[in-house]
Amino acid sequence: MTEPADQRPNSTNEAPPPVVMEPSSIRLISTLAIAGLVSGIAIVAIYEATLQTITENKARELREAVFKVLPGVSKMKKFQLEENGIRFRAEEGKDENTIYGGYNQQGEFVGYALPSAGPGFQDTIGILYGYIPESRKVVGMEILESRETPGLGDKIYKDLSFVSNFDNLSIDPEIVTIKKGMKSAANEVDAITGATISSKAVVRIINEGNERWINQLPTYGIPLPEEGSPE
Amino acid sequence: MAKTPESVYQEMLKGIWRDNPVFVQVLGMCPMLAVTNSAVNALAMGLATFFVLVGSSLLVSMMRKWIPKQVRISSYIIIIATFVTIIDYTLLALFPKIHKELGAFIPLITANCLILGRQEAFASRNSVRFAVMDAVGMAGGFLFALLALGGVREILGEGALFGVSLFGPNFEPWIIMILPPGGFLTLGLILLFFNWVTEKHKEAQMRLLQPAEERSS
Amino acid sequence: MSKRDPDLLLQSAPLLKQGLSVPTAMRDVLLALMPALFAGFWFFGLSAILVVAATILGAMATEWLFTPKQERAVALGDGSALLTGLLLGMTLPPALPLWMAWLGGVVAIGLGKTIWGGLGNNLFNPAIVGRAFLLGTFPIAMTTWHVAAGPDSFFQLHPSTLALPFMQSPPMDGMSAATPLGLMKFEQIDSPIFSLMFGNSSGSLGETSGVLLMVGGLYLLLRRALEWRIPLAIFISAGLFTLLLETIDPARFPGIHFTIFSGGMMLGAIYMATDPVTSPVTPKGAWIFGCGIGVLVVLIRNFGGLPEGILYAILLMNAATPLINRYTQPRVFGRSRS
Repeated sequence: MTEPADQRPNSTNEAPPPVVMEPSSIRLISTLAIAGLVSGIAIVAIYEATLQTITENKARELREAVFKVLPGVSKMKKFQLEENGIRFRAEEGKDENTIYGGYNQQGEFVGYALPSAGPGFQDTIGILYGYIPESRKVVGMEILESRETPGLGDKIYKDLSFVSNFDNLSIDPEIVTIKKGMKSAANEVDAITGATISSKAVVRIINEGNERWINQLPTYGIPLPEEGSPE
Repeated sequence: MAKTPESVYQEMLKGIWRDNPVFVQVLGMCPMLAVTNSAVNALAMGLATFFVLVGSSLLVSMMRKWIPKQVRISSYIIIIATFVTIIDYTLLALFPKIHKELGAFIPLITANCLILGRQEAFASRNSVRFAVMDAVGMAGGFLFALLALGGVREILGEGALFGVSLFGPNFEPWIIMILPPGGFLTLGLILLFFNWVTEKHKEAQMRLLQPAEERSS
Repeated sequence: MSKRDPDLLLQSAPLLKQGLSVPTAMRDVLLALMPALFAGFWFFGLSAILVVAATILGAMATEWLFTPKQERAVALGDGSALLTGLLLGMTLPPALPLWMAWLGGVVAIGLGKTIWGGLGNNLFNPAIVGRAFLLGTFPIAMTTWHVAAGPDSFFQLHPSTLALPFMQSPPMDGMSAATPLGLMKFEQIDSPIFSLMFGNSSGSLGETSGVLLMVGGLYLLLRRALEWRIPLAIFISAGLFTLLLETIDPARFPGIHFTIFSGGMMLGAIYMATDPVTSPVTPKGAWIFGCGIGVLVVLIRNFGGLPEGILYAILLMNAATPLINRYTQPRVFGRSRS
């Protein structure tokens, strides 16, 4: 049924000439070198052309996530956690000690957006969550990265009633997962029916994040520098 | 066969149905099974492969006289990988969401045996016109297969097509369909159907060819 | 379809006619399942009857559709599709929407049997294929259990039973209950042995009454229609493994009685693992097969993400069956080992 369909219209592949000249190694090397060179130029060109958009996309994504987990925030700053407190992070990018601070319209500090990650049911779940140090509450949670089972585990971000568990959640003594519909205390989270493991993973990851960050964070971030000062 | 406009057209059509790369040649299974959990993903993967296949067939066919046969495979791979990188960055810049969904499978287009296969078997031996038409046909057939799979899986798995809900909010999703087993199941059933149609077709032709008394036995 | 030449019909010994044909074997198994089935009906009511009817209907309809016209009477008459449907039905939650149950029956025969070439050629037990498909496809509906309400509410249909095809079932009606296995896995609660043995607990509609399933097994044993080595090997290996775990950490791991009598253990070990098509043919192979299942069940139940593991344990060992057959083939008399 599947005879090779390839040799039909043309016949250049038939019967190679009896004497084949072996091309010199220089010819082989130069062919590959030229191909590599042209390819390299093309790749650099496309990289340069798209770099700006890609960086902007990533920055916008992060900004949107921070605004989402910290309601009422309209400005964000990168903080760098160091041994003796926090400072603004001036340099590009981030490392494992980078967190985000959110400020409202008036430029007053609102809270922190803290990243945390840990194993879920399938793969690592990466989370960004909003934390208000004054009231010691989690006020929002966004899943940045997850490969949880579609239809079940992915409810940790698709099921809005689960996500809303984290809108006003006390972290003391620690966040606990309970069976759906039994929520009674401020530090409890309703698990998703059929996705208990993923729900528990989210809570565990946030608890781990709290353990890591909270005792090192000052209650009132760093005041926003005066308007007009460089970003 | 003479190079008539009809035969160019034939070259294109064979990839879409008679020699369909997925349903008949069973090539390119990795993206086929991995990214067809929704029609949009399937479309994006199909178009990316289309771009890479047509682009590299064009280039390989143009260069076929200059590439020594000892280094042809490496040269093809360089050409293919360049096109893949271009499409990778373009998707990342323009459609970051889709790029995230397709993930590692965009760079893996380089390793899609369908593409290298067409270069080695066809583009490197035929004129530019034929090579491009063949690539269009094969890539079209691949796109068609991806869409067929992605469509079925999204309809059953999420009750939607291209993200548009078909059955209303109360639809009970068939979760297995958007998981890897659903890919295997759907592909298997489509192959079953394809073979069944081919078999029927062949039987009908045999019956026409056979003398009457043989048919009765 | 080519006709078989009767002169070339090959059969393995013994060539004595014993009256043991496919239909009679199937009839024995069907009879053996009856006590547990009716107990399930008694505990779970009309919904359970409808679920079993739906799976049987789905299985029979698929068998009918994919059998050539002239062979239909034989294929449906041997009762194998009926048995597949019945076994599948008995592993389902009693309030499963009927359209899902029907689909399960279709998949069991379609993907579990027909696609392999019909009766005798399938690698996996069709009923388990159907259940695995349903479990992967509708994980929530397949793990929504109801209390064994008993005959008082016999005619009370669960609203989810009549859910429209492709549509979600209405929300739970407060009759839900975790299975003994679920209680053990997620809340470390042991269940009373009595309810485990007689089926007065929540679970799949035909697997809760271990004692009645055993009675059926004894009947099959008397009729010599049961490869007794397989269930015995499963119980021994699972029991020993459980005992080992229990001595290590009695607080975390359940006891032997729980392993043997909870979940689908009894139904799986006696009626599904022993399917002659998908289990090894040699006695030695049967022992290996059974031990594999027993160990896998305990592993999955205690260390996996799911509360029940008998289904996947049997599927995995089904896949190993051709290999077991090859390595346990008895040496031909008079030949050296080669």
